[in-house]
Amino acid sequence: MQTSTVFLTLLALCAVSFFVARHRSRLVGMAGGGLTTLNSLPKHYGYMAALWAGLPALALFVAWLVLESTVLQRLVVVTLPAEIQAMPPSEQGLYYNQLVAYALGNVDASQVSEAQVQGARYYSELATASKQLKMLLVSAVAVLGGLLAVLRIRPDFRARNHVETIFTSILFICSFIAVLTTLGIVLSVLFEAIRFFQVIDISDFLFGLQWSPQMAIRADQVGASGSFGFVPLLAGTLLISFVAMVIAVPVGLMSAIYLSEYASRRFRAVTKPVLEILAGVPTVVYGFFAALTVAPFLRNLGESIGLSVASESALAAGLVMGIMIIPFVMSLSDDIISAVPDTMREASLGMGATMSETIRKVLLPAALPGIVGGILLAVSRAIGETMIVVMAAGLSAKLTINPLEAVTTITVQIVTLLVGDQEFDSPKTLAAFALGLVLFFVTLMLNIVALYVVRKYREQYE
Amino acid sequence: MEGSEKMTALEPTTYGAVPEEAAGLDIHDHTDVSDYKTIGSPFVDNPKMSARNVNVYYADKHAIMDVSLDIGENEVIAMIGPSGCGKSTFLRSLNRMNDIIPICRVDGDIKLDGEDIYGTGQDTVLLRARVGMVFQKPNPFPKSIYENVAYGPKIHGLAHNKAEMDEIVEQSLRRASLWDEVKDVLDKPGTGLSGGQQQRLCIARAIAVSPEVILMDEPCSALDPIATARIEELIDELKERFTIAIVTHSMQQAARVSQRTAYFHLGKLIEVGETKQIFTMPSHELTENYITGRFG
Repeated sequence: MQTSTVFLTLLALCAVSFFVARHRSRLVGMAGGGLTTLNSLPKHYGYMAALWAGLPALALFVAWLVLESTVLQRLVVVTLPAEIQAMPPSEQGLYYNQLVAYALGNVDASQVSEAQVQGARYYSELATASKQLKMLLVSAVAVLGGLLAVLRIRPDFRARNHVETIFTSILFICSFIAVLTTLGIVLSVLFEAIRFFQVIDISDFLFGLQWSPQMAIRADQVGASGSFGFVPLLAGTLLISFVAMVIAVPVGLMSAIYLSEYASRRFRAVTKPVLEILAGVPTVVYGFFAALTVAPFLRNLGESIGLSVASESALAAGLVMGIMIIPFVMSLSDDIISAVPDTMREASLGMGATMSETIRKVLLPAALPGIVGGILLAVSRAIGETMIVVMAAGLSAKLTINPLEAVTTITVQIVTLLVGDQEFDSPKTLAAFALGLVLFFVTLMLNIVALYVVRKYREQYE
Repeated sequence: MEGSEKMTALEPTTYGAVPEEAAGLDIHDHTDVSDYKTIGSPFVDNPKMSARNVNVYYADKHAIMDVSLDIGENEVIAMIGPSGCGKSTFLRSLNRMNDIIPICRVDGDIKLDGEDIYGTGQDTVLLRARVGMVFQKPNPFPKSIYENVAYGPKIHGLAHNKAEMDEIVEQSLRRASLWDEVKDVLDKPGTGLSGGQQQRLCIARAIAVSPEVILMDEPCSALDPIATARIEELIDELKERFTIAIVTHSMQQAARVSQRTAYFHLGKLIEVGETKQIFTMPSHELTENYITGRFG
């Protein structure tokens, strides 16, 4: 509530700065002998003033929001009795949280101590002061920034270039946010994974052939082996992904070739959207399809030719996952093949090559980097896919390359480890983060390999 | 081969300009060409290719109207005319490159050595091996220089081993007067060469399959004057072995390289004759206007 008020005030101040600066630049321009004497258009001076008013104030505002609670806690804690200050940080935090809850009226006085009530009163005072100070400071900075910009308006001031520079920095900061987020995700997973590796030896995890993440809670508990060998999960993941790619790559690539090179305009107009609908089906629906239709069908088919197929098989999951991925491969490859310049086709056809020779020898090599990129994107999706495998591939961590058996994947195990009531310091829960980390590395490796392949085999066309 | 959807993308850029540009010409010229008979000498005694009453349509647009023209053995014939006059379209119908444009339809007779190239049972693969093409923009494949030249011979199975292929590649590059410049970098990508070298590479690629006729569609329009001069020299050498039809926007080029010149206007073949005669004593007013630079 308070935040949005400050924000709206800031916006209003920006708008005011814009109009004032635009107006003033017109006056300055007219005084100098017409608008053409100005270095930039009036609106550029306006933008400049708005940015000067908005950005420093916004930075201050964000910094305030981030630091406010920490500073408040420090200030309140120093006024508390000495024995509270001597508490370990976690207990102190709990004590402080109760205090804040009382101050906000979420708990009644009977649940808190006298010292906390005192503290809460002080906290409320501080919080109110903070709010007012925030509003005041942010507005002041905005007005000051806007005023400074307005005062700098001279006919020879290059407002246009100035605005350009500011926009470049904004764009840079935005791209930096993406990098920081990635880093943040990796680190958060990494720290939990390190806690896991303090309990379970890293080599047992990476090279163990047994996955059975039940830890004994009591000493006499049975059936709790607590082995965290990750190899069966990786094998299961790769097996299912492999089955999926065997389906998706040929079908996707060939339909892309047909659509981009052979199909009539009308056929393409109908087929492409229909195939892209496949991409829009939620994976959980694919999961039903795999578990209720494909898996029983495969089992019956297997029985009729004398094979034993598990009712939850890697084949069923992989098959359905492959179908799910077809539109990705197709759509990306189609775009890439269509992007190969027509002069290449003409050159090849003009030599007397047939259409299929042209496709094999000219178009596909030229489109290879994009196609490999598309396929790797599809592989990453297959490896990260969860719902289909949860429903269709089963949970048994078997180390096998037989697609007719039930296997399990990394993502499925992450889900099962984190679902339900869990202790957050037991290796069983922490194992999920270790799995997440490994999953991240597998995908990263795939991307590096892909980059290498693309760079090595690409045929650059103009 | 037929029905490639992609190829329609060419149509607006290469041919879509026909009506607008043609309309623009009316400012300069009001001669009615709707019922016109070519003047000059469209026929020769030893035709390599002969076109009779050729009409080409893009959907319902009539791009080439009743054109009859012979291309003599081992001659260089230049086709000139203002943009959108149909000269490129006519050239492309000589090796059926228009087939890859779905909306394009060709009527009339075009014969290569007396054989109808649009006849039933005619194979575009074999036809295009005999009638090669060099395009306006140099378009080497994104492959090595060697692979570019070897592309055609591989497709048509002209070499039985590596040594024969090496021989074909070397000979083609020599004939395209490119060998000395690239003999040490045969494994480097063809796209890394300069524009003029790329175009000579495309010529080498075209002659590697030993065609009888080479069609050149404004082969120098993307090149600088020095590279252009080298290509023109090359055309002069190549006419010993090949029959060449070249479309060009440069009248000096037509005058320099060709023995005969054909002037196209609004889809009509206006005048054909010895190059010297066309450029010194044009018979038709339109031809004269064009070569004296009054329009086009």
